[in-house]
Amino acid sequence: MTAVSATATEGSNTNYINCERGIWSWLTTVDHKRIALMYLFTLTLFFFAGGIAALAVRTELAFPGGQIMSADTYNRWFTAHGVIMIFLFIVPGIPAVMGNFLLPLMIGAYDVAFPKLNLLSLYVYWLGSLMALVSLGIHPVDTGWTFYAPYSIKTGSAVVWMTGAAFVLGFSSILTGLNFIVTIHKLRCPGMTWLRLPVFVWALYATSAIQVLATPVVGMTLMLLIFERAFGVCVFNPTCGGDPVLYEHFFWFYSHPVVYIMVLPAFGVIGEILPVFSRKPLFGYKAVVISSVGIAAVGFVVWAHHMLVSGISDFSAQFFSIATFLVAIPTAVKVFNWVSTMYKGSISFSTPMLYAMSFVFLFMIAGTTGIYLAAVAVDVFYHDTYFVVAHFHYTIQGGAVIGLIAALHYWFPKMFGRMYNDLVSRVAWFLVMLGFNLTFLPQFVLGMQGMPRRYYDYLPQFANLHLASTIGAYINAFGYSLAILNLFWAMAFSKKLAPKNPYDALGLEWRTQSPPIKDNFDVIPTVDDGPYAYGKPVATSH
Amino acid sequence: MSHGEHASVLDDPQGPPHVHHMDPPTAYHAAKFGMWLFLATELLLFGVMFAAFAIFRWKYFEEFHKASKHLNWKLGAANTAVLLTSSYFAAMAVDHAQHGRNKKVLSSLLITIGCAVGFLVIKTIEYSEKYHHGYFPGGENFHEYKTFLPLYFCMTGIHALHVIIGMVLLGWVASLAAKNRFSERYYTPVEVGALYWHLVDLIWIYLFPLLYLVG
Repeated sequence: MTAVSATATEGSNTNYINCERGIWSWLTTVDHKRIALMYLFTLTLFFFAGGIAALAVRTELAFPGGQIMSADTYNRWFTAHGVIMIFLFIVPGIPAVMGNFLLPLMIGAYDVAFPKLNLLSLYVYWLGSLMALVSLGIHPVDTGWTFYAPYSIKTGSAVVWMTGAAFVLGFSSILTGLNFIVTIHKLRCPGMTWLRLPVFVWALYATSAIQVLATPVVGMTLMLLIFERAFGVCVFNPTCGGDPVLYEHFFWFYSHPVVYIMVLPAFGVIGEILPVFSRKPLFGYKAVVISSVGIAAVGFVVWAHHMLVSGISDFSAQFFSIATFLVAIPTAVKVFNWVSTMYKGSISFSTPMLYAMSFVFLFMIAGTTGIYLAAVAVDVFYHDTYFVVAHFHYTIQGGAVIGLIAALHYWFPKMFGRMYNDLVSRVAWFLVMLGFNLTFLPQFVLGMQGMPRRYYDYLPQFANLHLASTIGAYINAFGYSLAILNLFWAMAFSKKLAPKNPYDALGLEWRTQSPPIKDNFDVIPTVDDGPYAYGKPVATSH
Repeated sequence: MSHGEHASVLDDPQGPPHVHHMDPPTAYHAAKFGMWLFLATELLLFGVMFAAFAIFRWKYFEEFHKASKHLNWKLGAANTAVLLTSSYFAAMAVDHAQHGRNKKVLSSLLITIGCAVGFLVIKTIEYSEKYHHGYFPGGENFHEYKTFLPLYFCMTGIHALHVIIGMVLLGWVASLAAKNRFSERYYTPVEVGALYWHLVDLIWIYLFPLLYLVG
């Protein structure tokens, strides 16, 4: 890609981090890059909090019988794990951190369309998080992160605080999505046509559409749940004529698309990393774009595959099963394109590349086990077993979280102007891979053998696999801790300064200073090609 | 359209505000697009309750039919007329703003807000009628018609909340008009505020027949 105009001042020391000092300048900033960092620090905190909850759960399950907690306490720990990891960590996830940081850079803009709204979405996220913490402090919720009626109506735990928190957090998500859509439509630099956008931007666009359209539905649903508890209105409570399955329909109408909010940006990250470290153009750019939008669209009509055993009609079950098979197709298209990108490329195994290649492997497992669950006859057996738990951890952790870690390593030099310790990052990657697979591969087997989820105790025949899973969890935790601490240490203390473009990558973000100046560019750049022209110049139609 | 060149608040107190990263036409279109997207989220928010209503009406047709007869359709119709009038004056405010007639923007918006107050007064009358017959949340007859009254209060209550939000929003726009802020070069807040108000009106246009008439 040949960018024609000048970008950031070479060799300048002033950047978005040191241009203004003091905590107030951070808390009231409208700079998308600073907002991204504040999201990053908060998200990291909650990742560790959710991880501690995971270790609590896995420790209890290490051996049969009660170990460290009662059944009731166990319910609260797995609920806390789910709620923290989903609403406070992975849903904001890549869009809040990497999207906020990179989107204006990638499209050649000074900032997002509504910078003050961006800051507001951060404040709203903090408010929602605080409400969740209040709930955990008062009387931790014991319903599971799904808050199914009627138990969520009857239980004495602080459901209103927690669902209120989720409602508020939903607003943060909506505002981010709205901001990104308008930004991508209105602030692309001259020459940046839609088909020259990096696939990460397309991923953010599809994700933002889901955020805007799906989140209000769960917001209203949780509001109705709050009204049920607070005012005795009757919508989901069967004792007065309400319908608890209706709750499930409304809840999953959002909560299925939300998994695409989690994973689509990760797909985008992988699409950015693989070409760079294969020194090859991304294979099938248009197919990747169409599949991103296709996943977002089809993802809206599969929700009841979470309800195949909830008493829905046979016809509904068949419809949602078939639709779920269909949504796997665009994802498979992506996997094909990723592998084809690497094929006959000149591969260099940097840490981001290790994570990206691991992503492809882990997501293959995630996707295919999803197909098992999509088949109604199989799901009747697997629903609410550890098979499901393993499947969604492969998608969310093996997919979205690995995508986030890959992104943080890949764009680290750009964000902080320094390099992290390479050897430590590789050791951490290895521990994460070992730990993650040791935790969750046994869980597929446990599920196939009938181990139910959300149970604090189990029959002795499941003991060995549970013990293996718990050991894996501790290794996983150690690996992530090492990876994250390595990055934070480098942020603060690394002396290895990063050049503008340490990987010789294409893409507008690599043409700015590392770290970028506050306004990203001295002058808005102009582009005349897409960002994937690696290797030999190839005559392409796009 | 707004074509303000090099306008800063100091140079041109009635021109578009200086936005560092967007030129005025882009800022105008971005603001409108942003509001349309937000309206889409509101539609989905209310859509949940409309869907719930449809499903329960199918399930409890008898009770819904009887309950609907208990609603005061005359007050509902009055509210419809009040909101339609308010929307008319909001649209007039936009036209006035586009021609720089700030005083008329202010008076139009004040009438709009006045109509909204009228709407809330009529709603309060309706709600107190319900309260006195025990049809209010917590009342003894609240579940007499299965889920009809719960949904009625959720839908009209959340709608009324949006009426209040709209009043605050338009009140802020009116305060700008009082300071002579708008001109043919800049009227974005009026247009964007009116868009929101029209949605609030539109939702009532669906609520009224569904709850009061179709029954």
